[in-house]
Amino acid sequence: MSPVQPASGAGNVDANAKGNATDNGGHDPASATDAVCTRGPPTAPSARPPLLRVRGLAFGYDDEPLLDNVDLDLEAGRGSILCGANGSGKSTLLRLLAGLVRPDEGLIERAQDSRDEPLPAAWLGHALGLKTGLTVGESLHFACRLHGADQRMGPSQALTSVALSGYEQVPVRELSAGQRKRVALARLLLVDAPIWLLDEPYANLDPDGCLLVDRLIDRHLRSGGTLALSVHRSDQAGFAGPRQLVMLDRLAESS
Amino acid sequence: MAAFLAVLQRDLRLAMRRGFDLLQPLFFAVLVCLLTTLAVGPEPPLLARIAAAIVWLAVVLAILLALDSLFRPDADDGSLEQLMTAPAALPALVLAKVMAFWLTAALPLILATPLFAIMLHLPTQQLPLLLLTLLLATPTLAWIGAACAALTVHAHRSGMLLALLLLPLAAPVLILAMGCLDAAGQDLPVRAPLLLLAAGLVAATTLGPFVCATALRLGQR
Repeated sequence: MSPVQPASGAGNVDANAKGNATDNGGHDPASATDAVCTRGPPTAPSARPPLLRVRGLAFGYDDEPLLDNVDLDLEAGRGSILCGANGSGKSTLLRLLAGLVRPDEGLIERAQDSRDEPLPAAWLGHALGLKTGLTVGESLHFACRLHGADQRMGPSQALTSVALSGYEQVPVRELSAGQRKRVALARLLLVDAPIWLLDEPYANLDPDGCLLVDRLIDRHLRSGGTLALSVHRSDQAGFAGPRQLVMLDRLAESS
Repeated sequence: MAAFLAVLQRDLRLAMRRGFDLLQPLFFAVLVCLLTTLAVGPEPPLLARIAAAIVWLAVVLAILLALDSLFRPDADDGSLEQLMTAPAALPALVLAKVMAFWLTAALPLILATPLFAIMLHLPTQQLPLLLLTLLLATPTLAWIGAACAALTVHAHRSGMLLALLLLPLAAPVLILAMGCLDAAGQDLPVRAPLLLLAAGLVAATTLGPFVCATALRLGQR
């Protein structure tokens, strides 16, 4: 694919690009939805490398290209919002970032922690990954042990943060869909990963729940974490912290 | 290591809470033995000759039926994605899952084998060797089955597909185990087939975690 490929899946984002996608010419005006903007306080000059770096990523299902030549930086303290129509590849891009799927081409690189290990990422997908046979407390305890989290925050404290205090002994099967989502959010707090990858975190939640997600995200960003999340409409993500908007356009339609 | 123990403990706890699911392979094997005795009729000498083979078939089929619950529930509820995105090594987690599977699906069958032996008039002197072949070979079967289950975890209605994949691969294990019992029946040394079964166990347990982890990653799309 040539570099003038228009609407190449995602905007080319740089910390200091001030919201201008680099236009290599050949862009037709219809693909202006591809623009990328950053909002909020200007980020500091990129002294620190991004926590997760994507370069030249290409991916497709069965010879049908879905993402092509995607560049993306997830920087500490800034959230990335992946937005696009159904089937535009939001979930796929998140799965690629999480390492669940291997890219056809390109590089996905995580920064390293103090022990020279790649930074851990916490994944929250459509399926929440909660066992209906376990209680809420057991589910959270399992997540802690699985991630080797150093328990800065106990399960009860995490449950209080998602307004589910006192639910430790309740089996997951007795919770509503929204409550399960809150448990999954509590798990995010517990595993203490600097990179959050959230697929539709606002789905299934009441307005209070959406505010809760925003609050958790802001706290995560303030503590130096980063995240990428997918939404249907960009105004769904209401968190206050610095953000970059990445519009995904279906490659097949735009070319 | 902590993650390995966490997965092992979680799977064992889940299996214990679903008590009936745990007993299903056992009931299935009992029924296979029962139907065999009904089909063959009241001929203890004939039954005694084929008893070991029937027990082995019942165990293989029961494990096959239980395999669907190895990865599929985790794949359906998203737990598999959590395992795959965790910082722990996926092969270690798969090892924990398959160990829990063997403990909850195959071990009860082995423990119930004396019961099958009585139902089928198995000669008493064959029982220790039968138990030994089962102990050596069921982990190998579990690993072969786990690899097949990992490959078919995202296929719809994979039950028959799983059987078609697993049963041919289980044939060498079955042949070795029966060869071992045959040799004992003719007072021939059983060392060689037993050692081969043990070698299969070591190879399967060493390679299995990596094969299953790769198969699970291939299935993610």
